Amino acid sequence: MGKRVAIIGVGMSKFGELWDKSLAEISLEAGMYAIFDAQVKGKDIDGLIIGNMSAGRFTGQEHLGAQAVDWGGLGDLPAYSVEAACASGGAAVRQAYMAIQSGEHEVMLVLGTEKMSDVNQSMAMDTISVASDWEWEGMFGATFPALYAFMARRHMMEYGTTEEQLSMVTVKNHKNAAHNPWAQFQKPVPLEIVMNSGLLADPIRVLHSSPISDGAAGLVMCSAERAKEFSDTPVYIESSKQASDTLALHDRADICTMSAVVSSSRNALKEAGLAIKDIDVFELHDSFTISEIILTEDIGIVKKGEGGKAVEEGLTEIDGKFPVNASGGLKARGHPIGATGVAQIVELALQLRGDAEKRQVDGVEKAMSVNIGGTGATSIVHVLGR
Amino acid sequence: MSEKGVAQFWRKIKAIYTIQGDHCTTCDTYYFPPRVVCPKCRRKGQLEKYTFKGLGEIHTFAIVRQAPDTFKRQIPYIVAQVELDEGARLTAQIVNCDIEDVHIGMRVRSCFRRITQYGESGIIVYGYKFEPTMRVTGHE
Repeated sequence: MGKRVAIIGVGMSKFGELWDKSLAEISLEAGMYAIFDAQVKGKDIDGLIIGNMSAGRFTGQEHLGAQAVDWGGLGDLPAYSVEAACASGGAAVRQAYMAIQSGEHEVMLVLGTEKMSDVNQSMAMDTISVASDWEWEGMFGATFPALYAFMARRHMMEYGTTEEQLSMVTVKNHKNAAHNPWAQFQKPVPLEIVMNSGLLADPIRVLHSSPISDGAAGLVMCSAERAKEFSDTPVYIESSKQASDTLALHDRADICTMSAVVSSSRNALKEAGLAIKDIDVFELHDSFTISEIILTEDIGIVKKGEGGKAVEEGLTEIDGKFPVNASGGLKARGHPIGATGVAQIVELALQLRGDAEKRQVDGVEKAMSVNIGGTGATSIVHVLGR
Repeated sequence: MSEKGVAQFWRKIKAIYTIQGDHCTTCDTYYFPPRVVCPKCRRKGQLEKYTFKGLGEIHTFAIVRQAPDTFKRQIPYIVAQVELDEGARLTAQIVNCDIEDVHIGMRVRSCFRRITQYGESGIIVYGYKFEPTMRVTGHE
């Protein structure tokens, strides 16, 4: 084990359809807020990492690391771009964690960003599907929602999960997002509206799916020994783990389980010396509501097959035993793909600091994020503590 | 994704026209889509080309109602994971079947169809779709 790593600043752009802002502008905004929050100066930072899935396809721009340094006036700072589909943000956080642990970098700016609204819906759907095995799934007409519908239908058959339960995840996450000033949807939505929303790919409806979003999130991370130089409220990364699975969903024996999530979450808890019951708040990757249900099972909050019942019984509400997605999650906070993994950590840092205002969970000591790429081919888990 | 160029489809013609994958003689596992290395045996694996019989059953499915432009004229359509009798699973459209009738466990057989077309003058991609088996053809 190398050095302990701290998060000393967090920042977000608004999430939503930000027609008047470019990719570079929203990244800059999130980075500047994180820097101000950390009370570091530009000269204190010795490296930048930016997580992004597909700016090349969504906006026509790649080489985002250099662009972020340039726009931020950060001179000749080394900058790295990281891609792991929907887990690009989590990958950026983990790369910074490893760079600081190793001693190569001391204070890093970590960004996650995506600008999805500059292309039309057809192009956006095309681009999202490159997170799956495009040549053997997308090319044959399996849209990204269809792949999650594959999981949902199987989960319904094997475990009796209902459409109502899929919809209750939406209701919960929208209710939470009503108190999140950065969220794309800050409005509660009644169950019957969710249940009657348009079908994307049966049984998945529009309101079971995260939206197309623009947004960026930022962190300033440094070694724990230097954290107090800058911040009175640092939070710490207790563990960071990552695992992979087959790229294509059809290559998995059991499509109701994301085995990369099972192993990475177990390993993260083990390294942190914690059990699942020790975690006070969770950010789980609900790109579709079925994935929140599957993840609550795979990380061990409930047994396999009981994820639907968990949401129905209120276990994952803000005042429940295992609060999941107090931020509103991907469903309601929005899912600017590369920003999501960083935004999860922003939320958990705020929860640990007691700064989450009306969505604050009581007495948060430990927190966990699960950020997945594609249909679970990448899973990145972080455990944070005060 | 939009059209990538002829070679991307041309190099897969055997696989997507005839459902040709691989069989590892070391571990006796059938692979589709084709593999270069047996992921179970790695360097000890022995892959041989294998043409699947094209029979199987539906493992799971979705009815696609919103799709990118390349599939828009086909909606609503059924897309499924088909578990082939040899053991591999693939993703394909189900045709000649009403969307009310499709179900998990349904027996299907492969058929040769147009998959999609990239614009007015773009590449037309042909390959496998699946349809319910019929008694008259002896496929049950």
